[in-house]
Amino acid sequence: MFSITRKLRNHGVLGLNERNCDFIMRLNPRRFYPRVDDKALTKVLALDAGMAVPDLYGIIEHQGEVRQFADMVRELGSFVIKPAQGSGGDGILVVTGRSERKRSSFRLSSGALISEGELQYHISNIVGGQYSLSGNRDKALIEYCVRFDPVFAEVSYQGVPDIRVIVYRGYPVMAMVRLPTRASDGKANLHQGAVGAGIDMSTGVTLKGVLEDEIVEEHPDTGALVAGLQIPQWGFILETSAKGYEVTGLGYLGVDMVIDRDLGPLILEMNARPGLNIQIANGTGLANRVARIEEIYDADASPAERAVIARREFAA
Amino acid sequence: MKQRYVYVLAALLAVIGLSVFLYKWQVLGFPVSEDQERPVWTIESAVHFDSGPGTIKVQLHVPTLTPGFRMLNENSVSRGYGFSLNYGSGGREAQWTIRRADGDQTIYYRISVYEDEAVDQADTTPPFPPRPVINEPLNTAVDVLVSDVRDRSADTSSFTTELLRRLNDPSPDPNVELLLAGVESDADFVGIATTLLASARIPARVVHGFPLAGRQRNAALVPWLEVHNGDQWLYFNPVTGEENLPERFFVWWRGNEPLVSVEGGSNVQVDFAVQQNHLDAVAIAETQAAQRGTSAIDFSLYSLPIQTQAVYAVLLMIPIGALVMVIMRNIVGVDAFGTFMPVLIALAFRETKLFWGIILFSVLVTLGLSIRFLLERLRLLLVPRLSAVLIVVVLLMLFISLTSHRMGMETGLSVALFPMVIIAMTIERMSVVWEERGPIDAIRSGLGSLVVAVAAYVFMGMAWLEHLIFTFPELLLVVLAIVLLAGRYTGYRLTELRRFKELSAD
Repeated sequence: MFSITRKLRNHGVLGLNERNCDFIMRLNPRRFYPRVDDKALTKVLALDAGMAVPDLYGIIEHQGEVRQFADMVRELGSFVIKPAQGSGGDGILVVTGRSERKRSSFRLSSGALISEGELQYHISNIVGGQYSLSGNRDKALIEYCVRFDPVFAEVSYQGVPDIRVIVYRGYPVMAMVRLPTRASDGKANLHQGAVGAGIDMSTGVTLKGVLEDEIVEEHPDTGALVAGLQIPQWGFILETSAKGYEVTGLGYLGVDMVIDRDLGPLILEMNARPGLNIQIANGTGLANRVARIEEIYDADASPAERAVIARREFAA
Repeated sequence: MKQRYVYVLAALLAVIGLSVFLYKWQVLGFPVSEDQERPVWTIESAVHFDSGPGTIKVQLHVPTLTPGFRMLNENSVSRGYGFSLNYGSGGREAQWTIRRADGDQTIYYRISVYEDEAVDQADTTPPFPPRPVINEPLNTAVDVLVSDVRDRSADTSSFTTELLRRLNDPSPDPNVELLLAGVESDADFVGIATTLLASARIPARVVHGFPLAGRQRNAALVPWLEVHNGDQWLYFNPVTGEENLPERFFVWWRGNEPLVSVEGGSNVQVDFAVQQNHLDAVAIAETQAAQRGTSAIDFSLYSLPIQTQAVYAVLLMIPIGALVMVIMRNIVGVDAFGTFMPVLIALAFRETKLFWGIILFSVLVTLGLSIRFLLERLRLLLVPRLSAVLIVVVLLMLFISLTSHRMGMETGLSVALFPMVIIAMTIERMSVVWEERGPIDAIRSGLGSLVVAVAAYVFMGMAWLEHLIFTFPELLLVVLAIVLLAGRYTGYRLTELRRFKELSAD
């Protein structure tokens, strides 16, 4: 047992306790949490900072407004409903279209049909706080449904793959792409069975994948190789992630981005408590990279410079 | 920096907690293990006499300094008599007085003592006694004997031993024979020895007492010789001359005065009866603390009403449950619903006992969960839905109790002890996880909660631990210190060693 601990230490693997104690509590002041926990606020801040985000179609804040939902989406073919304060992808519904015959019947990313009433119930659950971190009342966001870049077509099942970049004191240190599977119900969440693939920070090419803490070579549903994919606009993605530090003020930050076919990389959300599976996906620990950043830390470096440093330092 | 604060604070708390604990344990004698009982001797002296026509005044020597024993309490039973305790030349004296009394009288004085090694040399150093004035020809005999014994001894102890050897010699020399001519009792014999010692300017006195052993109807007083060597009192067997005190020798009074004196009465007789009891060590320690005027007793839980004590006996175990929770979550890394749900479930297990507790809990959660899935179809708003689940849980409890009662299994009744609000929240949380993450995650977290609850139950149910915490609540400061330290534990959780196994390869 102690030999395992020593090996993990040598690999710089970060544990949950250390993450909570030494990273989150030290680097992430509580007062900045709303900036990332409330996705509506994140969107506003990101827009102010000149970052691209998915369009917001509407916000439903009160139970009384749930009925206006139909009006809100009247003109829309596809959209996403998500709780503003949700965590781990819970409570997110992706509507990709409508039934041919019945306009009030919606098609989910899984292909299932869902009635307007059921969607309204889901929204009122969101507003009631079922998915919110604190259990308090929440807001439901209705926003643009990303049409993902074809580069991921072979390695995604339904949903939208996203890219998670860990940003330590403004420096991107590790990244992975999360690929939805049948098991994850189209959600890009590793806890729900999505595949995570590490990314070579210097080139933006994917590495091996991880599924439920196990290394995998192929996507479980499509069978395509996970490794070797070139993420488009990699430099831009790193730079945008690095900017997340200025936007949120959080020293240990997970930035989630998606690559839209037409709009390019968009900031989806940011996370003050990013998970640790990214280490498995990259086959290496965070602690060593973080230690390197501490050595070369420069408070005056711009996001672009920090992104360049990340590419230089952290080749796979 | 913060790390150091935590260490300092934790160390401080642990030191405070442990030092109070050690003080109460070592000095005040609070027992660390449960049901620890100490023998307590109750010695009853009964003074019998025939009353005369006038006023009656009874004076009885009662124990003052009792090496090896500490007094628990004393009292007197004497109907109609005025009672007072005074200090006389030979120690404490109990005094009873009455204007007039008829017929045979019996007055009781009762004292309870327990062994305590610490009560030994609590006496003051006496001054050198003056040379007693002795008439001739005895005076010459004393001088010869004393100077003879002094020549053959090195110190007080050996002097005494040599003196006693000569006094007990079966074929005594003429001087000894002369001195012991008028001796009638053992006490007189020891009295002569003290006179001889006083002639040698050695403080000495007779002690009267008896060895305590089990139950004695009629304990006989044994005189013993007590000699001060300048540092401490030494005890000598007046017959053998050995320096020792019989085991559990209880000193009743000292000096040459008679045990009892009765004015206005005749046919005086004093009987001693000894009774051995066992008393809870806690009670003894409390009395002791009270006698010392220690404030520890003011903050002892044993001073609370019994019912409140029972509540605190349970409440004080919650920190232990919380500690188990901390270890299971942050060091082992078990998934569980709710922060303290398992601790509350463990509390309920205390009443239901483990086997039935697990069965009842599982049945309740399973039934609640199935009804929760039915409620899902009704599309209720969050708070009403939670309330509905709560009501269903209460109804289920009622149903389980009634059914098991019908079937003659009374254990089912204890289901009512489960924290229903917590169970309702658990069911709700579990159903959400079920929907969102799938049944495997939900069941895993549910089982995790149960495992933590069982672990907490095992520790919270340890009788010795419960006794320890209840008697020494200051140990909770140590628990707090451990929890604080765990709060800064940045090592891996046990489950993470498995989780990151892909990274632990060479």
